[in-house]
Amino acid sequence: MTDASLGDTSTQTIKDVYFAQRRTKRLLNTILLVLFIAMMVAGFRTADARNAGGFFDGFTSILDFPGDVVSEAIERFHLLPGYLIKYFPSLIETVNIAAASTLLGALIGLVLSLMVTRGLAPVPALVGPLRRVLDVLRAVPEIVIALVLIFLLGGGPIPAMIAIALHTIGALGKLFSEVNENASLNPVEGLASVGASWSQRMILGVIPQVAPNYLSYALLRFEINIRASAILGFVGAGGIGYDLRNTISWGQGKFDEAAAIFLLLFLTIVVVDQLSSVLRNRLTHGAKIGEAHP
Amino acid sequence: MLRFHDVTKSFGANIAVDAASFTVDKPMMIGVIGRSGAGKSTLLRMLNLLTDSTFGEITYDGLNVTNLRGAAKRSWQSQCAMIFQQFNLVPRMDVVSNVLHGTLNKHSTFSTLFNLFPDEDINRAIDILDRLGIAEHAPKRAEALSGGQQQRVAIARALMQDPRIILADEPIASLDPMNAQVVMQSLRDIHEEDDRMVIANLHTLDTARRYCDRVIGMRDGKIVFDGKPELLTTGAARDIYGADASFSEAATSTQIDTLNAQKSEMASA
Repeated sequence: MTDASLGDTSTQTIKDVYFAQRRTKRLLNTILLVLFIAMMVAGFRTADARNAGGFFDGFTSILDFPGDVVSEAIERFHLLPGYLIKYFPSLIETVNIAAASTLLGALIGLVLSLMVTRGLAPVPALVGPLRRVLDVLRAVPEIVIALVLIFLLGGGPIPAMIAIALHTIGALGKLFSEVNENASLNPVEGLASVGASWSQRMILGVIPQVAPNYLSYALLRFEINIRASAILGFVGAGGIGYDLRNTISWGQGKFDEAAAIFLLLFLTIVVVDQLSSVLRNRLTHGAKIGEAHP
Repeated sequence: MLRFHDVTKSFGANIAVDAASFTVDKPMMIGVIGRSGAGKSTLLRMLNLLTDSTFGEITYDGLNVTNLRGAAKRSWQSQCAMIFQQFNLVPRMDVVSNVLHGTLNKHSTFSTLFNLFPDEDINRAIDILDRLGIAEHAPKRAEALSGGQQQRVAIARALMQDPRIILADEPIASLDPMNAQVVMQSLRDIHEEDDRMVIANLHTLDTARRYCDRVIGMRDGKIVFDGKPELLTTGAARDIYGADASFSEAATSTQIDTLNAQKSEMASA
């Protein structure tokens, strides 16, 4: 017990160090909070000043348009099933554009993602340049690419598909490479030790680890692409977006058809979402066949 | 004090704990032993209300804790600390914050979000860490510590709760023999110095013999032994582990000397 006083002073030092550390942390957090609030206020005021009508004047009429759509849809509810059938073929076209572009984008994005992940890249010198390529693909709005391609190739689904696929490569390439970074390198090392080539190491060592995450990002991208391909319909790429533009801009009287199109889009997203959770479950927990849990 | 009456837990057709009944009338150190899958963890988790019981009643000082919900449930959980096999700390937070989590039941979400723990709590947390001999690691991240040190942080978190009961679910199963001894001794000291009830799931007989005042043996969800460790004969142990006559106590031991003894036994056989 001769060390009692010594023990007390050392605990006191530990406490002092911890309290000092906490003060620094709090100070930094407060500065961040103040910065955040300042940016929010400044950003909002700029946006409000540039607006044609001003936020507070327009605020009350925000719900007018959805209100019109809903009230017309309810008024002519009996026509809704007919509209759903009428617009279903265009929906198929839109989903088709989205599916093709997601598949193409995911495949190219996957290869690129492996090439831009530090520790996995076959040519480390290419990591930086390839990342910039992905940045460019993400930075250019797909509607711009689509307009250029429509000008060159003429209207139709192909330009839309290419435009969306290019953006998907950029987005999924980045997300996939972040997933790859969290993959354990131990299996890769194990495969390298038996003399496997780079592609063999990736196919067997990395992809099985991260496949569920790939799938969930790809399916999220699929949802986004359905919406994107609907928007591209506005500029002449066909599909349900073209119908949506006609029904919405025709003025009063066709809002019930617009409501039917919104409903179709919503149902599509629900189906994709459900499909995604089923597939992911299967991939992470394995198929239920021959399950032998106690 | 603590009373289990016909407590049962079934997962579908599986019965994990089958009509467990026992009474504890004063704070003591209790070891629950049995094979893995015997229902030891479920028994402890039902007391902490991490798992709901299917049937039966658990009472503490006359309070029926079995069907508590919401704030009453969380308040009971704060009085009934739990220590896990895999420590279950928040790896990316510092050791003191992890210990301070023991007081969360007294704080609102708002003060948690802004990390507003009172200074006296921080002083107490570091004193507890000092008592367990790991105060010098206070500012480090929990993930930077070794297994034995992390388990002592978990014990510190439990002590921070100022609980009436400390439950330990296989506290030493992931630790090497030296660290296991330190952790078990800490639990024993807490029982003796603070007079708190400690219930620990153990899977080695010698640990239970060495540290516990009372041993409960479980087999296939049923309590098959309940008494002082002295009464735990080889026959009783065979019954608990469902082993035949070839069973020797050394088979359930992690102590280095008994393992060596077992080896030489096998060599001579």
